[in-house]
Amino acid sequence: MTGLGRGLFRAASFFTGEEFWRGAAAIAVFLLFWEVGSRSQMLFGFAFPWVGQVPAPSGVLKEMYRLILEPSFWGSAYLSTMRVLEGFLAAMAIGIPLGLAMAVSRTFYGISFPVFEVLRPIPPLAWVPAAIIFWPTQEMSIAFVTFLGAFFTIVINVIGGAQSIDVRYFQAARSMGSSTFDVFRRIILPGVLPSIVVGATVGIGITWAVVVAAEMISGGGSAGSMGGAAGGGLGFFIWNSYVGGSYTQIVVGMISIGIAGYASSAILRKIGEWMTPWLAEG
Amino acid sequence: MPIAGVSPQTARTGGVRIVDAVKMYGSREAGVLAVDHCTFDVPAGAITVVVGPSGCGKTTLLNAIAGFHSLSSGSIHLDDEMLCGPGKPKAEPGPDRIVVFQNGALFPWKTNIENVAFGPIMQGLMGRSEAYEKARAMMADAGLRGIENNYPGEISSGVRRRVEIVRALMTDPKILLLDEPYRALDSLTKSVMHEALLEIFYKNRVTIFFITHDLEEAIFLGHRVVIMTTRPCKPKKILDIDIPHPRDYSVLTTKRFREYMDETAAAVHEEATLAFAAGERER
Repeated sequence: MTGLGRGLFRAASFFTGEEFWRGAAAIAVFLLFWEVGSRSQMLFGFAFPWVGQVPAPSGVLKEMYRLILEPSFWGSAYLSTMRVLEGFLAAMAIGIPLGLAMAVSRTFYGISFPVFEVLRPIPPLAWVPAAIIFWPTQEMSIAFVTFLGAFFTIVINVIGGAQSIDVRYFQAARSMGSSTFDVFRRIILPGVLPSIVVGATVGIGITWAVVVAAEMISGGGSAGSMGGAAGGGLGFFIWNSYVGGSYTQIVVGMISIGIAGYASSAILRKIGEWMTPWLAEG
Repeated sequence: MPIAGVSPQTARTGGVRIVDAVKMYGSREAGVLAVDHCTFDVPAGAITVVVGPSGCGKTTLLNAIAGFHSLSSGSIHLDDEMLCGPGKPKAEPGPDRIVVFQNGALFPWKTNIENVAFGPIMQGLMGRSEAYEKARAMMADAGLRGIENNYPGEISSGVRRRVEIVRALMTDPKILLLDEPYRALDSLTKSVMHEALLEIFYKNRVTIFFITHDLEEAIFLGHRVVIMTTRPCKPKKILDIDIPHPRDYSVLTTKRFREYMDETAAAVHEEATLAFAAGERER
């Protein structure tokens, strides 16, 4: 069977498989509890803790349907997606070469790793105020913080991946007459690739977490009222809904981010599988 | 020195002479002596098997021939060329000495045929298509048809080891260095692999330097068997096995084979006991 055929077959059997129905049942039960919980004040005369304050899924769905037809909602989603992409791609473009350089050169590693390790544990959100001061525009500050979210994860994965390449591969390549550049291109790069995929998949998830928070802080802060010129994005959308008292919209915003994060990780995983075909079986 | 079963015409290159080799890890005072004044010959065009307890330092010796590790003193010669010795502690790795590793070192990200064609392409000896053609032919020759485009991860470990040996032969090495290549295989697969290796040897007549801790394997395969002492390793007993080649598995039940086993088992067992007492762990 060809790769495409196998993929289609897998996709088709996914919807008939036991796994799919188990998952679907779990989500249905979850929604049912949520619905009952949200209506607990009405049904039982008292509100359940926590879930009693949350808008019911039926209301959220209705609101979602309304928002799907609303261009401004898509505008927010678009803005956040672009920021995630920018930050993520910049993190890949800078992080991969940096990680490789640190893995290949002992000297460079010795110089840069201590600095890297001090900066790495700083949560990206702690950078927000500094980023607002550093960067001339709010957009750039958000992009920078988003970049940081993926950057450290990618670099650390590249270093770890390169260091875990079996020394026998280098010895074998050397014996068979590979030059230093050949070793880099044909051993280190493919050897690191699986780790890059892992770093990217984890990294883009963090990026979504960070972009939303950054939008809330900087977007909400500068605009204050609704429709701030710069801000925008799903984070700002949620914050705005909160300020405006539209609780169903908050939940719609949250779910949108969940879906977006899941989708971007899934896409990266697919690209990763395509780039590392040797890991497919077993 | 003439070796039984090797005609002098085919035995021209790939002879290795190890002269007074010493390898010390760490400092001179607090170091560990891995190889202790080792001297023996690996005759060209024959199979030499080195037997010793795990961790005795025989892999160190192999790494010195391959050029992965240095020697502390002594020298190693390949035919008339000095690989390493005074003034040059570490040999250059090269396509004339290819290692087949203990757990295999096929590149997992390359298909089997890409692995096999790797050497000649790297050395610029052949173009891509020519290298692939030769790789295909050599794989077919070794009974490895049909797995060319699989990844090493998709085939059994026994087949992987055969692909790796074919990859090693692609560069026409003078000597193959096999580092316990069949260690991880079950005994049935092992016996198939032994015959496959002999078949490859009869066809190519490449010199083979084979490391193992399995005495039966050593006597079955080897023209010459070098029994090593436990760490630090040096030859305890060197014997030439006069069972004629080509050999197959019926050799195992012959009286001569049993005699060799009897003659050497005590020596090997003694070293294994010493290694055990010294607390040498599997490496």
